[in-house]
Amino acid sequence: METNFFEPTLPPVNAVGKPMDRVDGRAKVMGAARYSAEYPVNGLVHGVLKTSDIAKGKITNIDTAAAAKEPGVISILTYQNIPKPAKVPSTLKEEKKWQAAQSYLPMQDAEIHYAGEPVALVVADTLERATQAAALIKVSYQVEKPIDSYHDPKADLFDPQKIQNGKTDGHKVRGNPETAYASAPVKHEATYVHAINHHNPMEPAATTAVWEGSDRLTVYESTQNITMSQGSLANLLGIPRDQIRIITHHLGGGFGCKGSFWPHTILTVLAARAVNRPLRLVLTRPQMYTSVGHREDQEQTLKIGATQEGKLVSMIHEKKSTTSPWDNYAESNSKVVNMLYACPNFSARYELARANVMTSVWMRAPGEAPGSFALESSMDDLAHQLNMDPLQFRLLNYADKDYSDNEKPWSSKSLKECYARGAELFGWSKRNPKPGQTRRGKKLVGMGMATATYPVHSSQGTARVRLFADGHAVVQSGATDLGTGTWTVMTQVGADALGLPPEKVRFELGDTRLPTAPGSGGSQAAGTVSSSIMAAAEDLWKKVIDMAVGDKKSPLYKAKPTDVKVELGRMFLKKNPQKGETLVAALSRSGMTDIEGMAMGKYGSGYEEKHFAAAGGAAGSPEEPGGKNEKGEEKKPSGHSMHSFGAHFCEVEVDPDFGTIRVTRWVGVHGVGQVLNLKTATSQLYGGAIFGIGSALMEETFRDPNYARYTNHNLAEYHIPVNADIPDMKIEFVPEKDPYINALGVKGIGEIGIVGVAAAVANAVYNATGKRMRSLPMTPDKMLQALRTSA
Amino acid sequence: MNNFSYLQATKAKEATGAKRDDKSSAFIAGGTTLIDLMKLNVENHDQLIDVNMLPFKGIEQSNDGLRIGALERMSDVGEHKLIVEQYPAISQSLLLAASAQLRNMASIGGNILQRTRCPYFRDTAFPCNKREPGTGCPAKEGDNRNLAILGTSDACIATSYPGDLSVALIALDAVLTLENAKGKQRRVPISEFYRLPGKTPHIENTLEADELIVAVTVPKAEHARKSLYMKVRDRASYAYALTSAAVGLDVQGGTIRSARVALGGVGAQPWRSKEAEQMLVGKPANESTFRAAAAAAVRGAQPYEHNAFKIEMVQNTLVRALTEVAAKG
Ligand SMILES: Cc1cc2nc3c(=O)[nH]c(=O)nc-3n(C[C@H](O)[C@H](O)[C@H](O)COP(=O)(O)OP(=O)(O)OC[C@H]3O[C@@H](n4cnc5c(N)ncnc54)[C@H](O)[C@@H]3O)c2cc1C
Ligand code: SF4
Repeated sequence: METNFFEPTLPPVNAVGKPMDRVDGRAKVMGAARYSAEYPVNGLVHGVLKTSDIAKGKITNIDTAAAAKEPGVISILTYQNIPKPAKVPSTLKEEKKWQAAQSYLPMQDAEIHYAGEPVALVVADTLERATQAAALIKVSYQVEKPIDSYHDPKADLFDPQKIQNGKTDGHKVRGNPETAYASAPVKHEATYVHAINHHNPMEPAATTAVWEGSDRLTVYESTQNITMSQGSLANLLGIPRDQIRIITHHLGGGFGCKGSFWPHTILTVLAARAVNRPLRLVLTRPQMYTSVGHREDQEQTLKIGATQEGKLVSMIHEKKSTTSPWDNYAESNSKVVNMLYACPNFSARYELARANVMTSVWMRAPGEAPGSFALESSMDDLAHQLNMDPLQFRLLNYADKDYSDNEKPWSSKSLKECYARGAELFGWSKRNPKPGQTRRGKKLVGMGMATATYPVHSSQGTARVRLFADGHAVVQSGATDLGTGTWTVMTQVGADALGLPPEKVRFELGDTRLPTAPGSGGSQAAGTVSSSIMAAAEDLWKKVIDMAVGDKKSPLYKAKPTDVKVELGRMFLKKNPQKGETLVAALSRSGMTDIEGMAMGKYGSGYEEKHFAAAGGAAGSPEEPGGKNEKGEEKKPSGHSMHSFGAHFCEVEVDPDFGTIRVTRWVGVHGVGQVLNLKTATSQLYGGAIFGIGSALMEETFRDPNYARYTNHNLAEYHIPVNADIPDMKIEFVPEKDPYINALGVKGIGEIGIVGVAAAVANAVYNATGKRMRSLPMTPDKMLQALRTSA
Repeated sequence: MNNFSYLQATKAKEATGAKRDDKSSAFIAGGTTLIDLMKLNVENHDQLIDVNMLPFKGIEQSNDGLRIGALERMSDVGEHKLIVEQYPAISQSLLLAASAQLRNMASIGGNILQRTRCPYFRDTAFPCNKREPGTGCPAKEGDNRNLAILGTSDACIATSYPGDLSVALIALDAVLTLENAKGKQRRVPISEFYRLPGKTPHIENTLEADELIVAVTVPKAEHARKSLYMKVRDRASYAYALTSAAVGLDVQGGTIRSARVALGGVGAQPWRSKEAEQMLVGKPANESTFRAAAAAAVRGAQPYEHNAFKIEMVQNTLVRALTEVAAKG
């Protein structure tokens, strides 16, 4: 196939980028959009989990007598009678194909390892009856003293070698960090603490399991990744994937907690099999704190060495955090520290302690969010130490390439433009560099800034595009929409791929019967699914081009297919763009009602490699033509490092009498490649910043040190920002073209919005008060204490 | 939540006559405290007596002062012109509380009887002396950040009343009108209504099982007209007080003639500080007087691991409240 569809240029767009209203907006407002717990199913019964009061010990007795007598109770399942899965999930020793964040499956024996662990599942005809029966179950325990965290005196810290359950190296060394640090004329060392955070999506996790025979199953599941849910269930149940259908049309948020497979899902599926009825289980709000992971409690120590002129010479990062009794999970905080600035020497190591908690899991920008808090706070301190403007200091250490990854060039980086535009919008030049000088009434006022970044995680997926001769189209990919706008933006992509107005395109997602897409996690859905749709469209274009060049009535009759190009649904001769016609025009003459294209699309480095190969040596990346090397082998691209970048600017007011911190102004400017929809993208970045302000100022789950049980597992006491906490925010994008990452140059934006936020707030607090806050959340008690401390 | 029977009472006697004891039956007004605790299995009543149809309504000013029916809603009372103008601390204490939705449901009587937010009390997996006498108080060595520093006991350190309204009411000498099953009414100053935990933290007030709160009256006074409620919290809205202060001052010619001070978020009950008031009366209305009053208010405070910050924070809250109210002239 000589046709080269992979030139390193980006196609023109029309619908893409526009601030189009959400296609699912009306359904949501009318209550017509169905979430996983809302599908009507004939004969449905309801399950409720009874969870463990204690964090460690053994069940000695489960008295179900009173519960069983409740009207409507169908079954009470415990470890003694719940059907076993075909395969019990593996521990660390075995590679986990089933993508559970937590390898331990509760309700298999009498042992208890964490508070809130399921001990029984009650099935009844109504939710209320199941709830009441669960309350009547009396579980007796032999209680042991639990370990509550890494700072528990009984906890043992160990070196896990690998973190994120084996996925990521727990050690990283570049250059000679210790020597470089030791000899650096300017040094900075600080320890940062991050509280336990919970994702708290509005929609609790829910599973509706419908067995359609002994080995056919449909599950309405609130998951960010239907393919993963399908694979995990196939593995655990020992039945083929194609017998399992997962449906997730709408999600009420997830932020990472619905991106893994969790015990409640398999327990519901097994219980549905036991009672032989369709079964629905919805986690309660308190159960959401002990069923779907959390951001772990952690502390990071960061040492930075610099020259007198302010050039970074070394960074040494160490992290301690809590993990579960089985898994070695830690967010990889050090990655962002390693890559964000030009620094020749770097090292990172992790220590974990096992405690009686469930396994923690990725939460919005896992690693980058807390890692950037440490890095960007230290950078601010260093700027003060060196008597430099924090923004100038960052520019001085601007990474013109990726020092953390073989000094690869960036595929695109608009950080300087983000800094400049953000500073202008915010009025950074008006900042008084001397802390504690600005007052507004009684309040101390300060300004701070921080850098944002998020990597492009290489990914791939498939899509199907079906164009009808009447000028309508259906575009399909098994993606999910967290509420962020996937439905809408992929409609726009489909419209441009086929040259149709968006109203004539229906996008379908959230069903494993559709072509496989990656999950909505790691900011990879937008980049991958849009690329898949473009690839599927190309497949369709080729078919229509073949039709046109063979059709006497077509202006392209007898043209060489490789001479034809398609843009916005119109085929034309590359050399004579006047000459051409639309896809729909050619199709409608053909007598066919519709035509279909399907293909796999890639995002990130995989896309670049494919592009390089497809270029067949002709173009490759401009810096690096493809072709054969001296040994006659196909050259591989060394490739680009792929990241988004942005800058946050924040103003705070601190009340010196109460220690209350309120964010009063916010500016965020980001370079994220092609924005798919200005409205939904802006909302995402508002949301990211608000999420970050929450973790900066108020979010903390308190685990009782004696009981290893959460005390504020509800939305009254676990504070997330309310409207009154959030000022008017300005979010902008700088134009950025990136032809290396995917077909449209789209970078994901789900996570970058939170990265650096806590540091921007802390830096503003420092500017306001002269006090450095290194423990999140920065609650009034901590601020007050800092204000009273002279250091 | 247990199954329960439901009785909608249309006459006070019907309600009080049906009430058996506090454990098995309960009155329900807005339900925002009660239903919450029943869902958590903290309270398990098998009979609910709906009092919303009772005629305990009205917001009036008489010679005695202000009278608020116990079934008036927080939002209606908080926004009422008479209260905004003549009893600002009461209005502010209501409007700074909870959320708009809750304020629309919640009644004045229910607010006065709301229960502690101590997390151990609200989770039956934990022991708790208030919920189950004799089981212990894990808060002392645990999550006590938002618990009390004044009036606590070895048995319980909770802010038994975590809310706002009663702080303003106790500052302004409010009196509750109660009515029992015999139809007999009695009047109890709110300062004598709540009980300190002592050895019996489960007994929170002097209300008898068959008694209803009918109304709240607040005497007319210059310090009520010049009153203010200030609340400090973890987020800008929709949070319980870390510390709060309800103050009223009558200042003439720069000298304080009468003063009212109550503190929230710090006491085992809404905390009237006569000590602070004594430091204010007869003194010039200036910062050093206010500081001295604040110091007097926290004398004897006993903090735990996470709530020592309240000692300073509540003093600053009080000083700020007094400063602002004095500035009103
Ligand atoms: C999330 C949340 C946040 C909140 N934040 C705040 C806050 O910031 N500040 C604040 O002050 N409050 C706050 N509250 C508490 C709220 O104000 C109370 O729940 C409410 O005032 C209770 O009134 P109700 O009518 O709903 O009472 P109910 O729940 O109906 O009753 C509460 C109790 O009072 C009894 N009762 C009710 N009426 C009478 C009567 N007339 N006579 C005798 N007994 C009666 C009931 O039997 C029950 O025991 C919050 C509540 C929630 C859920
Ligand atoms: S402080 Fe009071 S309410 Fe809280 S656990 Fe102790 S006894 Fe129970």
